[in-house]
Amino acid sequence: MAEINIRDKTAIVGIGSTNFGAMYRDLDKERTSYELAADALKAAIDDSGIDKNDIDGLLCVRTPSYARMADVVGLHHLRLVNQLEGSGRMAGVALQYAVMAIVTGQAETVAIVYGNNGRSVGDRYGGVFSPDSPAAWDAMYGMTSPGAAVAHMWRRYMYLYGASEDSLAAAAINNRANGAKNPNAVFQKPITKEEYMQARYIAEPLRLFDYCIINDGGVATIVTTAEKAKTLKQPPVYIGASYSATDLTNYYTTHDFFFGAMQDIAGRLYKTADVTPSEIDFAQLYDNFTPTQFFALEGYGFCERGTAHKWAQDGRIALDGDLPVNTSGGHTAESYMQGHALTIEAVRQLRGQAGERQVKNAKVGFYTCPAPICNAHILHN
Amino acid sequence: MATDVSAYTKPLPPITKLNAPFWEGTKKGELRLQTCNECGHQWYPPSTHCPNCLSRDYAWKAVSGRGKVWSWVVFHQRYFKAFEDELPYNVTLVELDEGVMMMSTLRGIDDKDVHCDLQVKVEFEDATDEQSVPYFVPA
Ligand SMILES: [Zn+2]
Repeated sequence: MAEINIRDKTAIVGIGSTNFGAMYRDLDKERTSYELAADALKAAIDDSGIDKNDIDGLLCVRTPSYARMADVVGLHHLRLVNQLEGSGRMAGVALQYAVMAIVTGQAETVAIVYGNNGRSVGDRYGGVFSPDSPAAWDAMYGMTSPGAAVAHMWRRYMYLYGASEDSLAAAAINNRANGAKNPNAVFQKPITKEEYMQARYIAEPLRLFDYCIINDGGVATIVTTAEKAKTLKQPPVYIGASYSATDLTNYYTTHDFFFGAMQDIAGRLYKTADVTPSEIDFAQLYDNFTPTQFFALEGYGFCERGTAHKWAQDGRIALDGDLPVNTSGGHTAESYMQGHALTIEAVRQLRGQAGERQVKNAKVGFYTCPAPICNAHILHN
Repeated sequence: MATDVSAYTKPLPPITKLNAPFWEGTKKGELRLQTCNECGHQWYPPSTHCPNCLSRDYAWKAVSGRGKVWSWVVFHQRYFKAFEDELPYNVTLVELDEGVMMMSTLRGIDDKDVHCDLQVKVEFEDATDEQSVPYFVPA
């Protein structure tokens, strides 16, 4: 396959978000996803120092209408625009599309805007289904929610690889420990293993602290060419590679916990970016539910298949460990911004702007979302 | 019809032209899967096309009703009012001997005794005059 080389042709030059912790404590039924995305875009524009009118591509995630979104932020004349559904996999997909558009000259500067008013409007990730959809055949048994689907995979994983239920505590505890160093996080209090184990089950074997925090918030990311990035305010964070691969089934669950799809990505990702897993300084691992952290560690070769439940113990994924994971607290401590907040945290780390949770000498960062559309990026400074 | 429909309160997929033979099967104690007349592929839940060769030419065939537990979870959180009284309840993903995955529930065994790859077989619970719900028990 003839492939256009995407390595380091694009860079993230602006990031912005709302304050996740403040918003968690302040519900507002009138709050729209558009206004949250607009707040974030304003912050990202200010952060980058770019002229708003230089934005010629707009990828809207979760906001119901791209036309409304464009109108709200006054971007009427674009060369690339669309919207992506409000599922977590789309954060990475949007970044991949931005890279594709910029490298092929379809657009020069793409803003990815994400707005989510899910907490205020009482969004639930379960219990809602259309009678004429395949989900009706699950609801017949009381089956619903992506959390239960991940619980199915985690149970199978435990069986195949001899993992104990409490091995997952390492991921939940690490997220909370990192959230405690993030003034923007919803939960800034560490938890102990005892607290993790004593928390109630939601879909057993998953417990409360394995679940992401539904919240309101906005996140925006501005991507442009490497050339233009050098003229802007912030140190550029280059996109070394960005790929997707799918494992789409009726059940969200896959037989191999997305391993095959992630391996497909890993081969291309590391080759294009010319990076090996051991050269990666930190990893932002999409965790709508904590088992996906372990799936990702294996899928991208940070450890052997079937061993993440052991490998991730004893501080290995802590800020001062071999591979710091989810440095801002991930989806169970910072906020469930469906991957977008993890991406901008990677940018902060690579700029050296992560404050108390800064990973020392961070040069190469990694993001992935293990989901029916898996995607991953290598970012570097 | 004599059946008191309100007696069964859990959600049921509405009967359609597409899925009616599945439900007719459940009333006869048969688990039926669409089976492609072109390539032999089988699938669930019902869909208009064979996902392997995209043929619309299929037959509804009774299958063994046997399989194994691929995985299972126990719901402690209430998502559906109709399942509230059953909390905590078991949801099992069964891999049928034919290789087809089927969401269901497991009965006749304590949750603590369930394990992945447990051999199971289908049984049916009357829901309405037209629909019985397949569930699985240890084989
Ligand atoms: Zn076929």
